[in-house]
Amino acid sequence: MAKQTNKTSTRRAAPKRKPAAKKPAAGKNVEQNVVPDSLSLTQEFDTYPAGKYTHTDLGLSEDQVIAMYRNMLLQRRFEERAAQMYGKQKIAGFLHLYIGQEAISTGTATAMEIGKDSLITAYRDHGHALALGMSANEGMAEMFGKVGGCSKGKGGSMHFFDKENRMFGGHGIVGAHVPVGVGIAFGHKYKEDDGVAIAFYGDGAAGQGAIHEAANLMSIYELPAILVVENNQYAMGTAVHRAFGQVEFSHWAASYDVRGSVADGMDVFSVVKAMQDAIASAREFKPTMMEIRTYRYRGHSMSDPQKYRTKEELDAKKNEDPIVRLKAYLLENKITDEKTLDAIDDDVKEEVMASVEFAENSPAPDLDAIYDDVYDTRDYPYLA
Amino acid sequence: MAVLQYREALRAAMTEEMERDERVFLMGEEVAEYNGAYKVSEGMLEKFGPKRVIDTPISENGFCGLGVGAAMNGLRPIIEFMTFNFSFVAIDQIINNAAKIRYMSGGQFDVPIVFRGANGAAGQLAATHNTSTESIYSTIPGLKVIAPSNPDDAKGLLKSAIRDNNPVIFLESEVMFGMKGEVSDAEDYIIPIGKARIAKEGTDVTIVAHSKSYHIAMRVAERLENDGYSAEVIDPRTIRPLDIDTIVDSIKKTNRCVIIDESNPYASISSEITFQIQDRAFDFLDAPIKRITAKDVPAPYAKNLIEYYMPQEEDAYQACLSVMYAK
Repeated sequence: MAKQTNKTSTRRAAPKRKPAAKKPAAGKNVEQNVVPDSLSLTQEFDTYPAGKYTHTDLGLSEDQVIAMYRNMLLQRRFEERAAQMYGKQKIAGFLHLYIGQEAISTGTATAMEIGKDSLITAYRDHGHALALGMSANEGMAEMFGKVGGCSKGKGGSMHFFDKENRMFGGHGIVGAHVPVGVGIAFGHKYKEDDGVAIAFYGDGAAGQGAIHEAANLMSIYELPAILVVENNQYAMGTAVHRAFGQVEFSHWAASYDVRGSVADGMDVFSVVKAMQDAIASAREFKPTMMEIRTYRYRGHSMSDPQKYRTKEELDAKKNEDPIVRLKAYLLENKITDEKTLDAIDDDVKEEVMASVEFAENSPAPDLDAIYDDVYDTRDYPYLA
Repeated sequence: MAVLQYREALRAAMTEEMERDERVFLMGEEVAEYNGAYKVSEGMLEKFGPKRVIDTPISENGFCGLGVGAAMNGLRPIIEFMTFNFSFVAIDQIINNAAKIRYMSGGQFDVPIVFRGANGAAGQLAATHNTSTESIYSTIPGLKVIAPSNPDDAKGLLKSAIRDNNPVIFLESEVMFGMKGEVSDAEDYIIPIGKARIAKEGTDVTIVAHSKSYHIAMRVAERLENDGYSAEVIDPRTIRPLDIDTIVDSIKKTNRCVIIDESNPYASISSEITFQIQDRAFDFLDAPIKRITAKDVPAPYAKNLIEYYMPQEEDAYQACLSVMYAK
């Protein structure tokens, strides 16, 4: 196993090998192709253990931490209600819950400059959208298939988009959005707007070739990108060790000559710190491949009997609940009191209930709207 | 009018659009330092520099996805496939992402991207390197598909494709890259997407043919002319959206139609055009529509077999005589 370190921004000492891409003219001044010295290769990784960081270490105010707590709770309650609405057949199609993973979305959003930096993720996307600032109303109405939804009822649970907050989706094909995320980072660099693009994917997607291609492109073009594998231990029902030779996903970074890091997704401060460092690095065009270790408490989707894991494993992981952990932190450090937290809980429940009402009352799309937004103009001669 | 090769017309279109709009860039395998596998982008690296003319590793899925993301983030990528045979490695990016993101996002995100490169057969390259992809891509709502047959159309339509706010599949041809033709030197020469060209007017039979097949159609029309028959030749130029009105207007005049299409025949451009004609002009037809296509098999390697595989001029000629009941 390669050497690891807790230090941030450590780089291994191997010689850089970059493609001879930046030359003035074809056929002229072609650089010598450099072969790396494999015998002296070492790689170090940045690790962000749970419990290591306080909010003051991260430059977060008490109000910010309370807002983070509220946001994580909003994601949790929103999805609990969504599951109930699925049971009532108000929501159809596939519904993949993020419950247990909320520290990742909230921690990431905390470290991002919302409106400047970009985020793209897979189909387990409600948490990321709510963390970036999408309203519960737009999210719930989208799942209800109503015009008040973020995608006007065209996308559903798996395809939440929010251009204003630079949420680039919500994507249903496993791994396919990760090259798109690298392209968003390419756009930031090309436009010189100082933005960073963060692409999330699950451990299951790590098996897709698209991840390899995306990581390689992000490396050779030196893009302001962060690829984040949310390792929740199971691709549907396939445990990580059954699917990968190298289950230390941060170590994959060595193959692409980019920064590798690993954070604990059950501690929101670990995520914030890992993201702060990765974003700072990306702004200097040094991309990162990050693993965040997490756990989903619900099934892969609503139709998952979960025979691939034991109740004991699930119960043990529930003891690490990131929301419970942050709540304890808030109380232990006297940042707030039970009464205030109860009020937040009530407030969040109310917001979620209001979103259900909003979704119920939002109209279904007109049938004629089926032709909207296929192309940028309505005059396309569709076949009748 | 200037005489340009097809590849030069493409280059002129890209160069003009890149000069006009800073957001346009060219990316693909060997487009920069190698000067283009087929020399379409020759000199463009020197002119625009490595920020805007970008070599990629052999990673079609990766760099097509990159293009989609760049387009969502406000750029206007031109993604070159060395040939469209390799687009199948990236077909997920084209079909699931480029074509659908506008729709799935409720219109929030534009994907203004051009996927361009050589399409169709180019000789003894066997099955993997001889695919005509227009039928495949034309079936996908959200895409536009263009297949110009000559340098003038290539220039005017590529400029339109780059300016279009939708993903465009732009199909060229290895066999036609060196073909010369007159190209309008009008400033800012634009040909609208979705407009067919009546290449030759006639009264007795309508021949519909795009890309390389258009040139077969013109030779057949000349032979028919010598026989005393007047063929009208229509080059759709854009496959999706199809200018069916121009085709139907012609059928109403000639009452007969032959389609020449290099695609494999099953569920193809020719079957679609045939359906649309019978749907709109059934009562005007004096004979069943005939089509001449590639054979319904993968492309073979052997010289005699690949020649036999391709649409044959003689078959097209005979088909025209047949629909005119002239034999």
